Amino acid sequence: MTATPLEKTANGEAWEGFKGGLWRDAIDVRDFVQQNYTPYEGDGAFLTGPTERTTALWDRLLAMFPQEIEQGVHDVDVRTPSRIDAFRPGYIDPGKDLIVGLQTDAPLKRAIMPNGGWRMVEGALNAYGYEADPEVREIYTHLRKTHNDGVFDAYTPEIRACRSSGIITGLPDAYGRGRIIGDYRRVALYGVDRLIEDKKSVKAELDAEWPTEDVIREREETSEQIKALGELKAMALSYGYDISRPAATGREAVQWLYFAYLAAVKEQNGAAMSIGRIDNFLDIYLQRDIENGLLTEEQAQEFIDDFVIKLRIVRFLRTPEYNELYSGDPTWVTWSMAGIGEDGRPLVSRTTFRALQTLYNLGPAPEPNLTVFWSRQLPRGFKDFAAQVAIDTSALQFESDELMRPKYGDDTAIACCVSAMAVGKQMQFFGARVNVAKALLYAINGGRDEKTGALVVEGFEPIESEYLDYEQVAAQYEAMLEWLARTYVHALNVIHYMHDKYAYERIEMALHDRAILRTMACGIAGLSVAADSLSAVKHARVKVIRDATGLAVDYEIEGDYPAYGNNDDRADEIARRIVSGFMRKIREYPTYRDAVHTQSVLTITSNVVYGKKTGNTPDGRRAGAPFAPGANPMNGRDQHGYIASALSVAKLDYDDAEDGISLTNTITPDALGRTPEERIDNLAGVLDGFMASDGFHMNVNVLDKATLRDAMEHPENYPQLTIRVSGYAVNFVRLTREQQLDVINRTFHGSL
Amino acid sequence: MTVLLDQNLAPLGAATPAGAAMHRPIEGTVHSWDLSTGVDGPGSRFVVFLSGCPLTCLYCHNPDTWRMRNGKRTSADDVVEEAAKYTSFIAAARGGATVSGGEPLLQPVFAGELLHRFKHELGLHTALDTSGFLGVRATAALLRDVDLVLLDIKSWDRQTYEKVTGRPLQPTLDFARRLADLGKEVHVRFVLVPGLTDDPANIEGVAAFAGGLGNVSRVDVLPFHKLGEGKWQALGRNFTLHDTPSPTPGQVTLAKEIFEAHGLKAV
Repeated sequence: MTATPLEKTANGEAWEGFKGGLWRDAIDVRDFVQQNYTPYEGDGAFLTGPTERTTALWDRLLAMFPQEIEQGVHDVDVRTPSRIDAFRPGYIDPGKDLIVGLQTDAPLKRAIMPNGGWRMVEGALNAYGYEADPEVREIYTHLRKTHNDGVFDAYTPEIRACRSSGIITGLPDAYGRGRIIGDYRRVALYGVDRLIEDKKSVKAELDAEWPTEDVIREREETSEQIKALGELKAMALSYGYDISRPAATGREAVQWLYFAYLAAVKEQNGAAMSIGRIDNFLDIYLQRDIENGLLTEEQAQEFIDDFVIKLRIVRFLRTPEYNELYSGDPTWVTWSMAGIGEDGRPLVSRTTFRALQTLYNLGPAPEPNLTVFWSRQLPRGFKDFAAQVAIDTSALQFESDELMRPKYGDDTAIACCVSAMAVGKQMQFFGARVNVAKALLYAINGGRDEKTGALVVEGFEPIESEYLDYEQVAAQYEAMLEWLARTYVHALNVIHYMHDKYAYERIEMALHDRAILRTMACGIAGLSVAADSLSAVKHARVKVIRDATGLAVDYEIEGDYPAYGNNDDRADEIARRIVSGFMRKIREYPTYRDAVHTQSVLTITSNVVYGKKTGNTPDGRRAGAPFAPGANPMNGRDQHGYIASALSVAKLDYDDAEDGISLTNTITPDALGRTPEERIDNLAGVLDGFMASDGFHMNVNVLDKATLRDAMEHPENYPQLTIRVSGYAVNFVRLTREQQLDVINRTFHGSL
Repeated sequence: MTVLLDQNLAPLGAATPAGAAMHRPIEGTVHSWDLSTGVDGPGSRFVVFLSGCPLTCLYCHNPDTWRMRNGKRTSADDVVEEAAKYTSFIAAARGGATVSGGEPLLQPVFAGELLHRFKHELGLHTALDTSGFLGVRATAALLRDVDLVLLDIKSWDRQTYEKVTGRPLQPTLDFARRLADLGKEVHVRFVLVPGLTDDPANIEGVAAFAGGLGNVSRVDVLPFHKLGEGKWQALGRNFTLHDTPSPTPGQVTLAKEIFEAHGLKAV
């Protein structure tokens, strides 16, 4: 079916040649993509290198990065609380930008976004040597309440105590929660006016409903969405583009989509601001232009390169405390690609390849966070190219399409690191994570903190025996996790109520359907430490060392115990049960807005901070030592290579951790094979094998330790050295020294 | 140093065919097991390292596998059970299982049993990693259960071979010819040690021999490295190659070219 004459008039030439009908009648980007994309089953031979213009533009930014790294920020506008249309147009180079738009009026200049919390803004400004503007301070401390203020009005003393002791850390109670993906494609396909019309009809539906609290809130939110769409249009117009109508060319499609995303990152400093699944969508437009002789391959690549340059310089103002948790300036512009469609066709187009090619054309970088949905059914050409890019750049992550597709369908994208959601139909309430290793120590100490001796949890008896008895420890741990789950969901309900109220994601939610599936994304850290500790108690003898007050402060292990990470059920089963048990406990507590309970096993770089806040543990880990990242086994305890280690992780049931299970592998090149071709083939094989074993996620670094050591000493020589940490990639030289050492000391899998 | 089990170097003759009905469980001495990628045969593989080796190679990076007593008595059932955890991974990853060492043919019945069960019970591609010195102990049945032999030919010059390994070269050459007669696929491994094995005439000898066999699908030229030196120290042994450098990339290329000149694929 082709466009009717009427539609042609309404949409200009925008939809000419496009097939299908459903997507014309209702907002349905997936249907549009399915009806119109061209699967590509070849290899990367068609790809082109960077143009001179691309290289010149990127070099200009590269020259700015060293100063930014040294000072922490390049520049900040302290006077203008950010909103979609708050800033005048900004350019990297007005003569060279192909795809235009910056968060503020200059590249790398950061904006303040005080709706999340004023203290965070002022703390960050002071940390980088800036003074807050008195007038703005007055507004956000006296006139306008923030999300952070609201949360602390409703927190209980117990939640505050948990926050300070570090058993719950990183909660989004002072900054944007993120992990919401607007369907930015909608702006390109339909134009903003059609989306406003659609939201107006939603509003009309709501007007007809009896005003319960839920209905009133939804009416207010819908009105905010409509306003945000109007601001988006105005922002684009300030750059000279009328995006009230649909995009008509490849270049416009990229530009329209980018404006929509840009509006989101102008207004929200969410922890993760992911961009969704966009390559096949954009490919439809680029392909149409190429077929009509309007575009060459080099130009198509140039648009993608320029777009990716813009995505690489998204910046938020963060405090040093935040950076200690998630350092390296992450924004998680996660770009999800590939996998297999429900009809069996690969979700791979030439633009999927072009997106990967940016890592060669611009050099490696952590953002956008390129995420490949891996399936054994993917075409060989794509598998090989993705494996090659991973080996060459250490900038890709792989997640199991086979596990996600049955749950979320084939128009699924990852928010942040490992959180899957159907684009435009689902969002999550990000819940950071709790420390299940520290919870074990609380179980042993009857709720007293092992570092301060303070009583954090009331109503528990400490274990007093000289040697730990497995049955007793397991029973106490159960009870402590029960308490933790309850306190945790309680805190999250408060946080997300207030976030919706004071820092609502207007533009991102404007690019969602009315009916949204919400998830309450809980998470755990310290899994391997907790599992190994319990394994030690069960399979060896663990003697408790107590201080004068009776507080258990250290442990002596007599004998050996099987450790998680060796594909040995004796230990892996313990890890599996911690995950499934905690999920079961979380599910017992009702959530804000009836969100569906989920959890992740993911730490990002916070494994270092969690470790710092946790005393000696019964597995032999010393106080303060970092945890393993994500679901990784503990450093050095996995004795049989990275595959055995990965298969231990693969035993964690995805049904118990639908918000994702993160595994990071750092492999030396030798440990993948002896020639470049072999390494590609072998890595593709490893990914096939891992996913066939129900593994969910694998970060792949292919690096030598010597390279990282040298980069620590001579950062100036490694401006673009990128490595994967749990769930995202970072510029190695932007990590704190502590985190750099953690990465280097983490299990490196080499071969002799 | 003295080497264990000298008295057993004679052919075993009519050993029970591996995998044939046995009335008692087959046991062997295992140093360790591991999963590796691209270094112990094609793809990702389950590799079991058997203890004990009649050779004492100067550059050995696993001297802790030389002695039986450093291993653990393990039943074939236990090893197969461990490997079985990886069959779906390995099948998807296009890998297999490798019996390595030490020298696996020091325990031919055990090695044969493992290869047989890897191949027929688990359906895996099988590889045998050997110096060939005890090739005479590999029964026809054992070799039927091997898809690929990783054969170390450490030197062509006989004196050098003996200096490196403490043993004569001839049994390895005999074994190589036997494998060629059987049409068994072989990957030859050659460790390039500057000042020890890198004489072009020495490489030429190995290359000409390997090229003439007809069943060598690949030659791995492995640059000498000293990553195993710590293990020598831990065992209280003197690592005589302490001052020997790793070969330069140029030297490695040169060695590969010699193999390639004989129609071999060298990597």
